Amino acid sequence: MAVKVLIPSPLRAYVGGRDTLELEGTSVAELLERLTGEHAALKQHLFAADGRLRSFVNVYVNDRDIRRLAHERTAVAPGDIVSIIPSIAGGTGVTTRLPPLSHEEILRYSRHLILPDVGVEGQKKLKAARVLVVGAGGLGSPAALYLAAAGVGTLGLVDFDVVDKTNLQRQILHGTAGVGTPKLESARARLQDLNPNVQVELFETRLTSENGLDIIGEFDIVADGTDNFPTRYLVNDACVLLGKPNVYGSIFRFEGQASVFYAKQGPCYRCLYAEPPPPGLVPSCAEGGVLGVLPGIIGSIQALETIKLIVGAGASLVGRLLLFDALKLEFRELALAKDPACPVCGPHPSVTALIDYEAFCGIGAEPTYAGAEVNALELKGELDQGRPVVLLDVREPHEYEITHIPGGLFIPLGELPGRLRELDDHTEVVTYCHHGGRSLKALEILRAAGFAKVRSLRGGIDAWAVNVDRDMPRY
Amino acid sequence: MTLQLDPRHVAAIRRHGEADYPAEACGLIGGMIDESEGGHKVAVQLVPLANQRTDAARNRYLIDPDAFRRAQEKLDRDGLEVLGVYHSHPDHPPTPSAFDRAHAWPWLSYVIVGVARGRSGELASWVLADDRAAFEVEPLVIEEGNAVWQ
Repeated sequence: MAVKVLIPSPLRAYVGGRDTLELEGTSVAELLERLTGEHAALKQHLFAADGRLRSFVNVYVNDRDIRRLAHERTAVAPGDIVSIIPSIAGGTGVTTRLPPLSHEEILRYSRHLILPDVGVEGQKKLKAARVLVVGAGGLGSPAALYLAAAGVGTLGLVDFDVVDKTNLQRQILHGTAGVGTPKLESARARLQDLNPNVQVELFETRLTSENGLDIIGEFDIVADGTDNFPTRYLVNDACVLLGKPNVYGSIFRFEGQASVFYAKQGPCYRCLYAEPPPPGLVPSCAEGGVLGVLPGIIGSIQALETIKLIVGAGASLVGRLLLFDALKLEFRELALAKDPACPVCGPHPSVTALIDYEAFCGIGAEPTYAGAEVNALELKGELDQGRPVVLLDVREPHEYEITHIPGGLFIPLGELPGRLRELDDHTEVVTYCHHGGRSLKALEILRAAGFAKVRSLRGGIDAWAVNVDRDMPRY
Repeated sequence: MTLQLDPRHVAAIRRHGEADYPAEACGLIGGMIDESEGGHKVAVQLVPLANQRTDAARNRYLIDPDAFRRAQEKLDRDGLEVLGVYHSHPDHPPTPSAFDRAHAWPWLSYVIVGVARGRSGELASWVLADDRAAFEVEPLVIEEGNAVWQ
């Protein structure tokens, strides 16, 4: 029994018009030798003058490219199907004028220049590239640092936040001296010091439906390091509408994800997640915590994918979702498909302009708690006057261990419904947590159970530490 | 051989070139061989594809083997084969470049449309000479045929 060799239409004229040949051989090299031996005119179309397979000639054994197997030494057995598959390339031949590299840049990027997949042309492409990093936080920090170090010519940064001490555990763009200053200022200083050749363009604003297309439209590629769903959907939709790749990363506690959403070639973020989770379901880093090095890994992957897209090297994460588990130290990969019904990148899109992403993500639709909250100074005054208020800490045990307000009760939110009997429903209760979110959920549970006098500490124990008890550690 | 395109194919190639300007647009031409009069290629269906040269889309195009294979399988199901490829030359005449020739396959029709400042212009079809030394003009017949639209 021989091996079936499938001939693509451009080569059939050389083999008597047939689309399939049966050839004997034990490796791809032997099959090709037999093929060109019997049909000599084929040789020059398959092989370059140096005897190597031409770059645009691809050979698959069954469903696998021999470049990912043992190249022409790939073994074949009777029953295998070998396909010759064209890749088709061309173009005007006029190279876009790429910027020259200075002597300083040649020295600085020498380890890139000697890589065959980057080289001088790749480095010039990096210099010509314009990349927008959305968010100068946990993911944006390593992404921006590596992109600047790699010599991306223009780096845009969008952020409107101020450096907080709790950021420094992971946001390595910023330092202790920058606490209290705008993130963009400390980012610019760090990036300029790292590589003065990089043009840093700063957008000190929230990305909105009004400015999103204008800002993203000025760049070639977006690296999305946002920490909230409205902005993530906005970045996705803007990239689809503008036809730009969106290099995505996200993190939660010990786990991270990364992909490249590029609607021209594969799925977008909405193909993966058609709808956002209900508000409050997925905790932010401030609520859920995050291992500081995790965004370092995911943000670096975003920088890597961005650089690969620019220089055109390797296989990108388009159509693949990379999942990383830091505790198991495990990378997994899911194949992503384009959703034919996708409302933004599908063939019949219903989203053709940027929408109200806060409303889309259900933000602003949560119940209001007018009158149900008390601020830290008011609460302190009530306690000082001897008002019989029970403080109920609904945080987790490891948070209680960091610090707590003395003299209160401690029942983690998850255990509250089962432990209501520990509370007297006639007493006045003030619930508190870290920042005032979970305590509102506790308030709802207590009200539903018939507690009449329940309030929640606005801003949580953090507001207490800032305004009342300066000796209390913040976290 | 000659290549026969339906006027709607021509319009679609122009539209694709204009839509993707200033990047290069590309796609495959599927159809069948009419064996009469020495044989000519009759286009039936266009398969527009994404240009995979994200790094240099303004002056290069690439249809990778996976995309080619998917398109070939799709055409095969309809009883068609790949007759050729079309691409646009943004702000450049529709003549093959040395780069086009170096990467060309024999027999396939290479239809090129020039797109100047976003407006499509001349369209021409080329075939690689057997010795790979040059591209030759392929006679192009534009007449209504059995075009298929998806």
